[in-house]
Amino acid sequence: MSRDSASRRLPVVITLVVGLMLTIMPLPDVIEAFRPDWLALLLIFWAMQLPRTWSVGSAWVVGIVLDVSYGTLLGQHALALCLITFATVRFHLLMRVFPLSQLSATIFALLALYQFILFWVNGVAGVSAPSVVYWGPVITGALIWPFFYMFMSGVRYRSQSGR
Amino acid sequence: MAASRGNNTNPARIPALGLRVLVLIIISIVLMYLDHRQNHLDGIRKGIGAAVYPLQVVVDAPVRLWEWLGDSTTSRNELELELGRLKAERLLTNARLQRLTALEAENARLRALLEARKTVRDEVRVAEIMAVDANPYEHNLIIDIGSRDGVYDGQAIVDADGVVGQVIETGVMTAQAVLISDSDHALPVEVNRNGLRTIAVGTGEIDRLDLPFLPNNADIRAGDLLVTSGLGGAFPAGYPVAVVDSVTRIPQEPFADVTATPSAALDQVREVMLIWSAPAVTEEAVE
Repeated sequence: MSRDSASRRLPVVITLVVGLMLTIMPLPDVIEAFRPDWLALLLIFWAMQLPRTWSVGSAWVVGIVLDVSYGTLLGQHALALCLITFATVRFHLLMRVFPLSQLSATIFALLALYQFILFWVNGVAGVSAPSVVYWGPVITGALIWPFFYMFMSGVRYRSQSGR
Repeated sequence: MAASRGNNTNPARIPALGLRVLVLIIISIVLMYLDHRQNHLDGIRKGIGAAVYPLQVVVDAPVRLWEWLGDSTTSRNELELELGRLKAERLLTNARLQRLTALEAENARLRALLEARKTVRDEVRVAEIMAVDANPYEHNLIIDIGSRDGVYDGQAIVDADGVVGQVIETGVMTAQAVLISDSDHALPVEVNRNGLRTIAVGTGEIDRLDLPFLPNNADIRAGDLLVTSGLGGAFPAGYPVAVVDSVTRIPQEPFADVTATPSAALDQVREVMLIWSAPAVTEEAVE
């Protein structure tokens, strides 16, 4: 059983590591503002697919790692990721039967919530940041979701059939 | 497999989801509070930072490789051109350096006459900027040396042309620095021409600093060089910071609207120097 769960966890961990690398990869300033929140998208995907294994706890840990690599308040991204993962797990059955367009709209709402929490924490802590930057990742995130979903479904299918 | 699928399809059987979220939210808020108020969490940060370090190296590697390829395939012609340019530059710098040595000796003599403490030369060390993006909302950069090499929080960073920023967080092998253009950064400067002291505040734009605290009758004009005054304690005195590019005096307003352009090429630097300064000599004592 433990070997089974370990081999099921490994692909997910690899996708998360790749996601973190994409997150800290340097981009030209113009595109930078529109970099999707890869880790948020990945956590939403895995929480939809395997909500028993990948739920709020793992989202929190990923968030803490993100906080350290961003140098933000420790717990800021953890809180935001934790909450959107909670919403995903709570409604994962519903989200699985949504048509793709409706799902994209849901992802838009989740990412907006994610950015809003970050924005709100920044406001409370007195960290100033231009507010327009927050909306780029939400829009790109929702737009690329269909492709991301198809790609990740492929990854999931392959990693499981390979066992 | 079938069993696990069966488990997955019933949302009610995900155990105590609400409770777990609640606990994690409380932990997050406590962490944020502690992190915001004090620096008790430095150890945790350093630990996790060290775990992220290999990833940063991997992300940085392609850029390094590309640069290395570029360097090693430059044509002979270009190399000769560059060599010529460097030689000319070296000649100029050397000429200036000769005068500097004389001036330094003279300065030391005068200081001895005034019985001021001797200025200690700052110790510097070159660090490379890692091609790793930190927080997109702030003007930050990550350099490739950390507390292992003696880097400390608040340390000043300069490049060949002027002040770049200061270290805000020291990891074991890397350190994060904030640029002077960050909107949360302010540094004490003085006008090189007449010693007028003020504060240069970052604007969030990479090529602009604001000087918001200058009264309308202040003696400052476009083209003035701003240097660090050394008063804040973080930056050693006398490093160039920015050149004033516009002074707008509005009679009704209490303060003039002064903007300056940073001397350092903040968005182009690849190598920076970290300064280990001896406790600054207080200029007030001399005056």
